Amino acid sequence: MLTPLPTLIPRPEGLYCPQGNFFIDPVRPVPRALVTHAHADHARAGHGAVMATRQTLEIMALHYGPDFAGAQQVADGQVTIGGLDVSFHPAGHVLGSAQICIAGPSGRVVVTGDYTRSPNPACAPWEPVACDILVTEATFALPVFRHPDPQAEIARLLASVAAFPERAHLVGAYALGKAQRVIMLLREAGYDAPIYIHGALAKLCDYHIAQGVPLGDLRPATVARGRKGDFAGAVVLAPPSAFAATWAQRFPDPVIAFASGWMMVRARARQRGVELPLVISDHVDWGQLTQTISELDPAETWITHGREDALLRWCALEGRAARPLRLVGYEDEPE
Amino acid sequence: MIGGFADLLERLAFTPRRGLKLAHLAGYFRATPDPDRGFALAALTGDLDLRAVTPSLLRGLVAGRVDAELFALSYDFVGDLAETIALIWPGIGGVDDDVALSDLVAQLQGAGKAELPGLIAARLDRMSPSQRYAYLKLATGGLRVGVSARLARQAVADFGALDLAEIEEIWHGLAPPYLNLFAWATGGQKPVSAARAPFRPVMLSTPTDAEALAALDPADFIAEWKWDGIRVQAVSDGGTRRLYSRTGDDISAAFPDILEAMAFDGVLDGELLVRRGAQVAPFGELQTRLGRKKVGAKLLHSHPAGLRAYDLLLWEGRDWRSAPFAQRRTALEQAVAGLDAARIDLSPLLPFTDWDTLAALRAAPPETVIEGLMIKHRASPYLAGRIRGHWFKWKRDPMRVDAVLLYAQRGHGKRSGYYSDFTFGLWDGDALVPVGKAYFGFTDAELKALDRFVRDNTVERFGPVRAVRPEKVVEVAFEGLNRSPRHKSGVAMRFPRIARIRDDKPASEADRLATLLEMLPEVEG
Repeated sequence: MLTPLPTLIPRPEGLYCPQGNFFIDPVRPVPRALVTHAHADHARAGHGAVMATRQTLEIMALHYGPDFAGAQQVADGQVTIGGLDVSFHPAGHVLGSAQICIAGPSGRVVVTGDYTRSPNPACAPWEPVACDILVTEATFALPVFRHPDPQAEIARLLASVAAFPERAHLVGAYALGKAQRVIMLLREAGYDAPIYIHGALAKLCDYHIAQGVPLGDLRPATVARGRKGDFAGAVVLAPPSAFAATWAQRFPDPVIAFASGWMMVRARARQRGVELPLVISDHVDWGQLTQTISELDPAETWITHGREDALLRWCALEGRAARPLRLVGYEDEPE
Repeated sequence: MIGGFADLLERLAFTPRRGLKLAHLAGYFRATPDPDRGFALAALTGDLDLRAVTPSLLRGLVAGRVDAELFALSYDFVGDLAETIALIWPGIGGVDDDVALSDLVAQLQGAGKAELPGLIAARLDRMSPSQRYAYLKLATGGLRVGVSARLARQAVADFGALDLAEIEEIWHGLAPPYLNLFAWATGGQKPVSAARAPFRPVMLSTPTDAEALAALDPADFIAEWKWDGIRVQAVSDGGTRRLYSRTGDDISAAFPDILEAMAFDGVLDGELLVRRGAQVAPFGELQTRLGRKKVGAKLLHSHPAGLRAYDLLLWEGRDWRSAPFAQRRTALEQAVAGLDAARIDLSPLLPFTDWDTLAALRAAPPETVIEGLMIKHRASPYLAGRIRGHWFKWKRDPMRVDAVLLYAQRGHGKRSGYYSDFTFGLWDGDALVPVGKAYFGFTDAELKALDRFVRDNTVERFGPVRAVRPEKVVEVAFEGLNRSPRHKSGVAMRFPRIARIRDDKPASEADRLATLLEMLPEVEG
């Protein structure tokens, strides 16, 4: 049998393409890596060569320093690797995020990386890329996940700020993507007061601003003279891990909020001690995921990581060929 | 409207603090018109009687709409049936204009068994997920939002600037949707309770100690034991007999043996105990009788209840509440003399002429089910609530053990970011067995020190819980000890708190589990 399609094989390092001799989003150092987006679990340091969008490479350099790989190549237009045509297409997930399309003589494979079809003003929107094999994430692949309008979630945050003017609102948001998305949603909702950010968010917020993503008046969430009252009524963004640190002790009676797709499930929110769960996701929900498969109508659907059981069941009910790759090393939502 | 009720449930579910829950509830009562707020109140107090919507009915409904395997995977992830259905239910597009709670309640109450599933499905079709959740919780009962009936009534009191005791007094004469209660709360007339055998607000005491007592004249006071049961009010009114907890909850159904012995017309205040002849059983035995809708003959025989009378409020048509305690006590003695002594007896008075005598009695109570002393002014009328200067409780010194910190979890609100919820253990052989949890007792400075210790000595993490190096010894004070099959150690402490940090003590010198078990009250074989 001829090789009808580019081959992708799950390996411990990540998804491997023997024809092109590269890995996609490898979780261990490899000679050649193609990286969909800059979240740390997909974009690791120490590869021989990395190909990614310019913004993904720049964000990796912010994380790991400029020498995070032996060689870097900006994915720009169509590139031929080992006889395969490789191209990157917007995924709508975070700034710089891309789907990777690998085309052989008789067919195409699209690796989605993480993606969302909800409008995300902080980056280019997801584009449909026709394919024979769709290799998709399945982070929120359960029919209970139908993420609401994020603007309605932000309205709940602002209502809480108005209701508790004496308390600080600490919003947990991952440093790359979610934090800027929340800030932009706040600005869209007409909130133009200063937003305070944890130090771990500063570099990436600055980078977004430099890339032309307007975030408004951001200030460091530091207590100049140790006065808790300074943050009364303020919105403060921090990586969720900061809530466990002594850092959280500086705020007056804080309302703990968390912006995540997981916040749809009450038990998840309560486990984290969240008082104000905000369902804001940068992944496809169940509806978007099944819609994407229906619309692209690939011959086969492969599932990289997440809740593949339910998606496999859906594909079976729809009479669609599907298989799980069970790739390990990707977190549900990276910190 | 179901939308407003859904928002309320959402807020309550994520609000750990009592004060904020009250504020949310009062805000809801303010913003919501009759009769919806009354139905919401009834749902929270457990007084809404709906046709039983069972979990199996709901499972059947969802099976008609969603693939069984997809549902099972989802339920497995979400962990709550109503929540899973609320999220997974494929609406038919479009949400109805908000529906009044009263309409939903009326429909559920009026529906025949056969038409019930179809009605519920049609409602779910036209609701948002959070409305579906609220509707399903309403329909199945059991809201589980951490609001007790009393807290809900307190919120009504806050909302209307009313006295909780007065609400509790009339509560049993009220019915959903409580139009007359809300009329009162918004400036109207106090409802007249037409119910037989109503509850009267209970008189409570304030804590005291030897130092505070020294300023008082012992001759003005009467003392008796503080029994470790639950404070109750026995009301018998024209043939209607009721037993109330001190918060006005009707617990009659669980104590038919007491009700049978209430052959009088009046209101007695006393302590509910499990009592076999003269022998009073530990509090743990009373717990097996509490919270039941029915009680079998076997339990009535093995755990017979008794009422130990403290006071008399009404008797044969006379209201004694304004009379001095000394007079009420005489009347009480005469009243109880005519009752079945196996079920209702008198709390004995303690002879004393000076505080030292009383201190000696307190130090060596004749039974372990005594929590301390009650000291009552001879001239005190029977007053609602906790009024200073009339009744004092002088509790037995707390029990204490030196325990080792094992786990810690972060607190909420003002304690956000601090490890303030501690699990501690005692030695059993070479192992430390967890024996309890404490959230308070420490000063702010001690909290900082404990927080620092947890951060510097974490050995393992289980989600939000940290296991710490077993090196920190704390003195744990507690008010009592019960046997508990639900706890690994076999015992449960009452009101445990961290009294002191014992940095002077190495972990190896912390107490042993056996030491704690010896503190258990003796149980009759």
